[in-house]
Amino acid sequence: MTMVEKKLNNDFYIESPLPPKRTRMQEVRRLFGQNRLAILGLFIFILFFFCAVTGLFLTSGSRPVFDPAMVRLQEKLRPPLAKPNLDSLQPQEVPALGVYLMGTDDLGRDVFARMLQGAWVSLTVGFVAVGISVLIGIFMGGIAGYFGQHHIRTDQVLFTFALMLGTGLVIANFTFIGTVFLLLCLAYIFYSLFARHGSTEKETPALKAMFHSNAVSIDTLIMRIVDIMLCFPSFFLILTVVALLPASIYNIMIVIGLTSWMGTTRFVRAEFLSLREQDFVAAAKALGLSNFRIIFRHIMPNAIAPVLVSATIGIASAILTEAGLSFLGFGVPPPHATWGNILSNGKNFIFDAPWLTFIPGIAILIVVLSFNLFGEGLRDVMNPKLRERH
Amino acid sequence: MIDGQTTNDRPLLCVENLKVYFQSNGEHAHAVDGISFEVRKKETVCIVGESGCGKTVSALSILGLIPTPPGEIVDGQIIFSGQNLIKLDEKAMQKIRGNHISMVFQEPLTSLNPVFTIGDQIGEAVYTHKQIEPEALFQYCVQLLNDVGIPSPKQRLNDYPHQLSGGQRQRVMIAMALACDPDLIIADEPTTALDVTVQAQILALLKSIQKKRSMSVLYISHDLGVVSAIANRIYVMYAGIIVEQGNTAQIFRAARHPYTQGLLASLPSLSKRGKRLYSIPGNVPNPAYKPDGCPFHPRCRHRILSCQKEYPGMCDYGEGHLARCPVLFKSKGYKASRIQGVK
Amino acid sequence: MLSFIGRSVVQKTITLFFVSIVSFLIIHLAPGSPSQVDPLNPKFTPEMVERFQKEFHLDKPLYVQYIYFYRDLFTGKTVSWKDNQSVLKKIWERFLNSLPLFVVGTLITWTLSFPVGIRSAIFRGGIYDRSATFISYVLISIPGFFFAYVLIILVVTYFHVPVIGMITFGIGDAPATYLFMDRIWHLLLPSMLGATGGIAVLSRYVRSQMLEVEGQDYIRTAKAKGLPPEQVHYKHALRNALLPFVTMFGLILPGLIGGSVIIESIFSWPGMGRMAYEAILARDYPVILTVNFVSAVLVLAGTFISDLLYLVVDPRIRL
Repeated sequence: MTMVEKKLNNDFYIESPLPPKRTRMQEVRRLFGQNRLAILGLFIFILFFFCAVTGLFLTSGSRPVFDPAMVRLQEKLRPPLAKPNLDSLQPQEVPALGVYLMGTDDLGRDVFARMLQGAWVSLTVGFVAVGISVLIGIFMGGIAGYFGQHHIRTDQVLFTFALMLGTGLVIANFTFIGTVFLLLCLAYIFYSLFARHGSTEKETPALKAMFHSNAVSIDTLIMRIVDIMLCFPSFFLILTVVALLPASIYNIMIVIGLTSWMGTTRFVRAEFLSLREQDFVAAAKALGLSNFRIIFRHIMPNAIAPVLVSATIGIASAILTEAGLSFLGFGVPPPHATWGNILSNGKNFIFDAPWLTFIPGIAILIVVLSFNLFGEGLRDVMNPKLRERH
Repeated sequence: MIDGQTTNDRPLLCVENLKVYFQSNGEHAHAVDGISFEVRKKETVCIVGESGCGKTVSALSILGLIPTPPGEIVDGQIIFSGQNLIKLDEKAMQKIRGNHISMVFQEPLTSLNPVFTIGDQIGEAVYTHKQIEPEALFQYCVQLLNDVGIPSPKQRLNDYPHQLSGGQRQRVMIAMALACDPDLIIADEPTTALDVTVQAQILALLKSIQKKRSMSVLYISHDLGVVSAIANRIYVMYAGIIVEQGNTAQIFRAARHPYTQGLLASLPSLSKRGKRLYSIPGNVPNPAYKPDGCPFHPRCRHRILSCQKEYPGMCDYGEGHLARCPVLFKSKGYKASRIQGVK
Repeated sequence: MLSFIGRSVVQKTITLFFVSIVSFLIIHLAPGSPSQVDPLNPKFTPEMVERFQKEFHLDKPLYVQYIYFYRDLFTGKTVSWKDNQSVLKKIWERFLNSLPLFVVGTLITWTLSFPVGIRSAIFRGGIYDRSATFISYVLISIPGFFFAYVLIILVVTYFHVPVIGMITFGIGDAPATYLFMDRIWHLLLPSMLGATGGIAVLSRYVRSQMLEVEGQDYIRTAKAKGLPPEQVHYKHALRNALLPFVTMFGLILPGLIGGSVIIESIFSWPGMGRMAYEAILARDYPVILTVNFVSAVLVLAGTFISDLLYLVVDPRIRL
């Protein structure tokens, strides 16, 4: 038996066995992998995406593989997997696969082709609407959270009012008064740019002090705007705007996006408020980084987690909203097919041709469900309480 | 093998070979890996160790408070008043918790329910186990608050936890623990979250209560200074096992395990003035990835080849002083026959 | 406390003012004019159109119209353009129709969500929890009208429960009990439909709140005191978990004027939602603006009440 020599230094120290090092990505994958429903959701989403993209290719163009617009009145209301009546059809009217995979609707159109066409619409509506709302939400929430304590001066408020009033009056043909206001705004800009604020003045005159006083903080301003938007029941707002504007798919997407950014704003603001106080922000400031860089490179990646979750769930709800709008008759105009369209069309034939209702309904259900499951899985993964502490 | 006490020798609490494992995130953690200790009547026993060594888990498992999906008591027994607590069902355990064995936790602010008054929470502890009329209950609670040294107890009973200071909250926790006159109080680092001056007060309070009510105290701590002030006997824990045990004098003056020696050497004191402070090199091992053989061997200056392979048994130095290091044992000239069997 | 109330009221009134301006602008700046004034509308002669315009000040500038409208609103004289009835009276009638639907739906939602959510949390991961979770997801994801039609088919084919409208057509002067039962039958399906979505969302929220509370230290203390599990869960945990829901109670208020357009359309229920929908189609500005205004008032009142309730219920907050 040999004894290690007693030394006063720490040469004897050897490393204890360490747990395997995992990168952040592997950690996320592992946590996610434990939630089987979320993986199912992701899988279905990928499937849906694939269908939508191929569907777009297969149904567009002048001679599409599956033609959603081909009207065959003699074949109306055929059930799914029905063989077409070849005698009554022209050669180009025969469906591509030899059967009506999902039956035909009341105008004899192939439901399968329409579903494929509609998949792309639903996907676009969901993503674009949520994209708009997330962008607005991050912007508003970030500013409210980061610059929240900065105040807007009274003179700046007056300036904005004068600007808006002036433009409004000019548009409403009150050219004279309108131009007066706009000239005032211009003068103010020149004044603030070129006038020297004498720093040697001992007393700022009372008038000037009043103009430079703080009127309202940016945080309050943005939160009040959010409150105003929240006062309008969202479905009504969408309905109002969609009913009043000419029907088009872009209008629907933009309107849904413009009316659902409030939740994201709240989340982002809350995250920014708490992250702003953390040491890494103070360190970044001490290094002299610009505000812009701090917000986008340092704080934003940390704040993005709840936004992602609400975005996935938002896509689901946008798809449902579009279906609801189509049901009421305000969706994408015919003959373009959306799943909501097909569903709303089918309600008239619910006892004769139930597949017209069930097929799009179940399809919407599955896709929306997959988004919701995926979003919930994301929420569990991003939950800081469940994360490994490194 | 047992020192001191002669009559009435059955210990109040006897833990034998307790093993508690946790399964989470794909990792299998041996939080407590076969410890045995006992608490006798009217004595204060301290379990000392760094964070992560398993002392809190041991305390919680006595009362059956380990959350069972990730955690599980895999082996061992906990004998209290002739019953094995591990084998008892929930209803029987409820009769023991708060009644015969009660617990004081580390964080007094989060350990008290914020929406109920102090009086409500203390009264609840009493009401559940004892039959007292409502009028007498109030007086009883006032008396409890007096015992723990809270001024104007009548007003305090109607206060909410957030209206009290940290020290007062911890006194309330102690009052709740004392409510049913338990035989054993388990205190899990009760002073760690408090200021040093308040710490001293709470320790003095515990000591005086123990004397007055003839209770036993199981005190968990990482602070050797605190331990030296109140302990009768000490168990030193490391990485889920007990590495040394003995009474206070034996541990502080004649520590026989390299870990205990390292802990004592790291304590700042006047005699070390001007010299570099010592710290044990390395880190506590991750409970899911423990080294083979002796868990301390990577950080031990007395390590020999067999330390890396064989799990060391407890070495008996006599008079209740045991240490889990055969290397030092043999170097002091003791015979290998006095080493107890391995796990 | 008083200063808080004062500040709140002032802020909310300012918000209300801005809401009124914004809604006014949206309506009037949107393209298309009310059907009555549309010069292309064949039903109206030019003289009628002009008279209509004069009557409702449509030829005056926007801010003048704004003042006229709100003056009429507050004096109760606003009149619908479609059928010349007083707007407030119309709203009130439809409100009374929507009310039972709303009340029954909310009752069902709140009474069922809590037991489901609490039980899911206490027996987390068990069969009950997993099936309740899955059913919640399905209910949230199903398009409302699709589900409605499925239910209608089921109910009509197998149970012969009447589904259309509020009362059976031609029931006339049946005795009171018959009338009452008839009402209940008709209420059943629409309110259940409205409730299912609500139950799904609310029960998951209850569950997550309960789970968060159950993980707190004071629950461990309660167990360590030897309290029986019913007391631990239903006294200690629940009381803390319920805090945010008391405040949510105030937010139910805006739902009064909501009314789901879709449910009412499917069941031909003459409620608020349908009225607003028809008004939007017909560009019936007074009705749209009034509904908007009332809804804004309810939203602001609801948030105010929930802030107040939060103050009362949480002992940690004292002003």
